[in-house]
Amino acid sequence: MSMGLLRLLRGNKASAPVARERLQILLAHERGMRGQPDLLGVLREEILAVVSRHVTLDPTKVIVRLERGDEVSTLEVDIEVPNDFERKKAAVA
Amino acid sequence: MAKVLVVTSGKGGVGKTTTTAALGAALAQRGEKVVVVDFDVGLRNLDLVMGAERRVVFDLINVVQGVAKLPQALIKDKRLENLWLLPASQTRDKDALTEEGVGKVIDELRARFDWVICDSPAGIERGASMAMRFADEAVIVTNPEVSSVRDSDRIIGMLDSKTVRAEKGERVEKHILITRYDPSRAARGEMLTIEDILEILATPLLGIIPESQDVLRASNVGTPVTLSNADGAPARAYIDAARRLCGETVAMQVPTERKGFMDRLLRRRAA
Repeated sequence: MSMGLLRLLRGNKASAPVARERLQILLAHERGMRGQPDLLGVLREEILAVVSRHVTLDPTKVIVRLERGDEVSTLEVDIEVPNDFERKKAAVA
Repeated sequence: MAKVLVVTSGKGGVGKTTTTAALGAALAQRGEKVVVVDFDVGLRNLDLVMGAERRVVFDLINVVQGVAKLPQALIKDKRLENLWLLPASQTRDKDALTEEGVGKVIDELRARFDWVICDSPAGIERGASMAMRFADEAVIVTNPEVSSVRDSDRIIGMLDSKTVRAEKGERVEKHILITRYDPSRAARGEMLTIEDILEILATPLLGIIPESQDVLRASNVGTPVTLSNADGAPARAYIDAARRLCGETVAMQVPTERKGFMDRLLRRRAA
């Protein structure tokens, strides 16, 4: 039985074209990023600095994530704020 | 004019050390005077693959730090007149590889040899960047597999920006060497083809080393694969690659195992 026919019966497609396409998309992106400053790192530092002016934060609880989509990408900023910060503010005032 | 060649890949386990030993031996057999240098400080293995593990006294770091003179650290191959090994240190920290120290050793090696082949460690840290730092040419060892191709692309970027040549506005001549290639799987669409890899990496091909049992057998006995079974498919592919490095034009092909009727019959049964 030929391999082609065998594959048809089993229903699995050749995976190499998938590998090729995934690589082309990924590398086009990675080549563009090369030599650029670490955007997420910079964003994280600056956001942390701004928020810290008003709220006392644990720097490890600031998470900045970038999810790449086909049309648009989303920037997700997750900052954990301690519950007692309002009270602290009141005390200062 | 001596040439400094780095064998690199980014990804581990793709065949850098096997390639360094095989190309080193193939070039030495052509009458070129060759030294193979292990840059994998702390995880040296070129000595083992070359069968010289019991003859290591001094190493690259000793020479870099001035503890030993270069001739004391060089190990002459027992099989080939023109082949030498400069082992890595097994105990020291890779931070001992200073740029100034490595540069001096490379200059000394250039004066003594036709080819200085630097076996890079995996990764993109100090050992890898020092192995490529002074290179004139690079062999990028790539498996037909997504993670290896991605890492090769990253390494190509480093060769184009982080080497002495790149910083002087010159080019490091780069070559792709595809290892562990299985033509029948590629034909069935199960493995990236040669054309896929070359198109993605946009770098010329030096050779195609087929997947073969010869490679493991060679490292088991500590002999470069070009010497352990010179008629085998990987040996012939490495010998062709060495000829191309010397500027010869050699038709590109995937050497296959020469199998008898019984081998084919048994293999088919086994599959």
